[in-house]
Amino acid sequence: MPDSKLLSLSEAIARFVPDGSSVALGTAQETLIPFAAGNELIRRRKRNLTLIGPISDILFDQIIGGGCVRKIQAAWVGNVITGSSYNFRNAVEQGQIEMEDHSNLMLSMALRAGAMGVPFMPARTALGSDLFKTNAGLKTISCPFTGDTLTAIAAINPDVTIIHVQRSDEYGNAHCWGNLGITREACLASRCVIITAEEIVSPDVISSDPNRVVTPGFRISAVAQAPWGAHPSPVPGYYNRDHQAFIDYRESSKTPEVFAKWQTRWVDSVQSSDDYLNLLGKERTTKLSLKNHVLSEVVDYGY
Amino acid sequence: MATKSKIQNPKSKIKYTLPQLMVAAAAREVVDNEVVFVGMRLPLLGFLLAKSTHAPNAIGVYELGIIRDTVAPEPILTMGDLPNLSRAQWLADTADLMGLLQQGIVDVSFIGGAQVDRFGNLNTSYIGSLDKIETRLPGSGGACDLASLAKRHIIIMTHQKRRFVPKVDYITSAGYGDGAGWRERVGLPRGGPSTVITTLGILKFDPDTKEMVLASTHPGVTVQQVLDNTGWPLRVAPEVNETPLPTEAELAMLQKFDPEGFWTGA
Repeated sequence: MPDSKLLSLSEAIARFVPDGSSVALGTAQETLIPFAAGNELIRRRKRNLTLIGPISDILFDQIIGGGCVRKIQAAWVGNVITGSSYNFRNAVEQGQIEMEDHSNLMLSMALRAGAMGVPFMPARTALGSDLFKTNAGLKTISCPFTGDTLTAIAAINPDVTIIHVQRSDEYGNAHCWGNLGITREACLASRCVIITAEEIVSPDVISSDPNRVVTPGFRISAVAQAPWGAHPSPVPGYYNRDHQAFIDYRESSKTPEVFAKWQTRWVDSVQSSDDYLNLLGKERTTKLSLKNHVLSEVVDYGY
Repeated sequence: MATKSKIQNPKSKIKYTLPQLMVAAAAREVVDNEVVFVGMRLPLLGFLLAKSTHAPNAIGVYELGIIRDTVAPEPILTMGDLPNLSRAQWLADTADLMGLLQQGIVDVSFIGGAQVDRFGNLNTSYIGSLDKIETRLPGSGGACDLASLAKRHIIIMTHQKRRFVPKVDYITSAGYGDGAGWRERVGLPRGGPSTVITTLGILKFDPDTKEMVLASTHPGVTVQQVLDNTGWPLRVAPEVNETPLPTEAELAMLQKFDPEGFWTGA
């Protein structure tokens, strides 16, 4: 057997996310957002990170507020149900962070190019738009076969991708289900992958259903157990989206002062997932738990 | 249309909110059997409404990796809410769905905007100049892709002079550029905006010049009000209708999909 990759979240972040890293997060878009890992980046006072993600919901805004970010490569940064998010807005408006504008298709193709080991991927999106002015990784090219004008999207190979999944074994073989967003290409393109998981399970559970494995375990650097590690985003099979948390956050990043209070309460005073769950409270977690279970049929991989 | 009798009937006492009227208008843009790329916020409800009324066979595509041919079993506020994943037709990768879009398989999509111009170019990225950014907005998300690649797209936004400008500060999602022939020239394979649903009325695009034209005003709104809230001399159709009111049946459906009025409350 290979060596176990199981680490605490704190160790995983300390070891595999040095200052200055480029980090892909929030790759499933609105579900499975690795908030616990994001909080750990803030708690460890990581600096000069480049964040890569399609729509980050409020995750990127929090990490920007924590002072960890130098550059953003993203399609959308805000709060999905309330609109703008203020740490991001202020940082870009004041020139504190560098912004590279993507669309969801572009970011997917940039990572797919990285995953395929080619310098770019062609696409038909964004022609005529101003994204070419704020993303140096876009150029128009002429198709060598048809002569069509195409958008060439430069490859992105993140230093690290952090994903949250439902369950993983200690070797990094992980099951992830639901909508996947750009998770698969982000993992394949990355030099290093960190998994946070609701549960750590035996390798037999994972190998009983290899189609559900999100990326091959041999490429995973670390696995950390993080129950409720995607809260307030939803995790299929585990808990629903905590809309109220997103609504409350709208007020929490309006000024540096109120954000500092948010950070003290939700990040710096929390040292473990138990602390976080205590802070959330039983009533809230009960309310978010699944009420209707829909179990898939068992499949047979026998021979 | 059944709705027309309601409008022409002055005794109609239907009570509705402006977002409900706009969602109903958005829903009517969907034709049965179409493949719809569903965006966040009001379009989320527009698709559910269309699917529950005149377009039961419409297919919903959600950029985070969901395809649905049924309405979610419970109300949702975002496309990633777990009821929207339950018994979906397909849960997949964003790239798969963007591939369908890029091939030309998506009939219609919906996009919100902060700033729009007379040729339907949309800005959701930067207000001001790139050298001196006044306001940073959230960005494209999938909007740039939808505007580039769907067969047509529908814009939903607040109608104010500062938002309806002669020329947008930044093109996030291309409309018709500087007019007829522009999309073809820059290499876009198809599409363009077909309709703009605003808080004051509904606008279409001249088939020849690709310029926005006022087609209808919402009940109680005058053409002059629309002109006053538009930052260029807006063209007006020879006959401006009143936007159809939402029907009782539509309102009942919307009540079911948005029971607390999060998106469609007053």
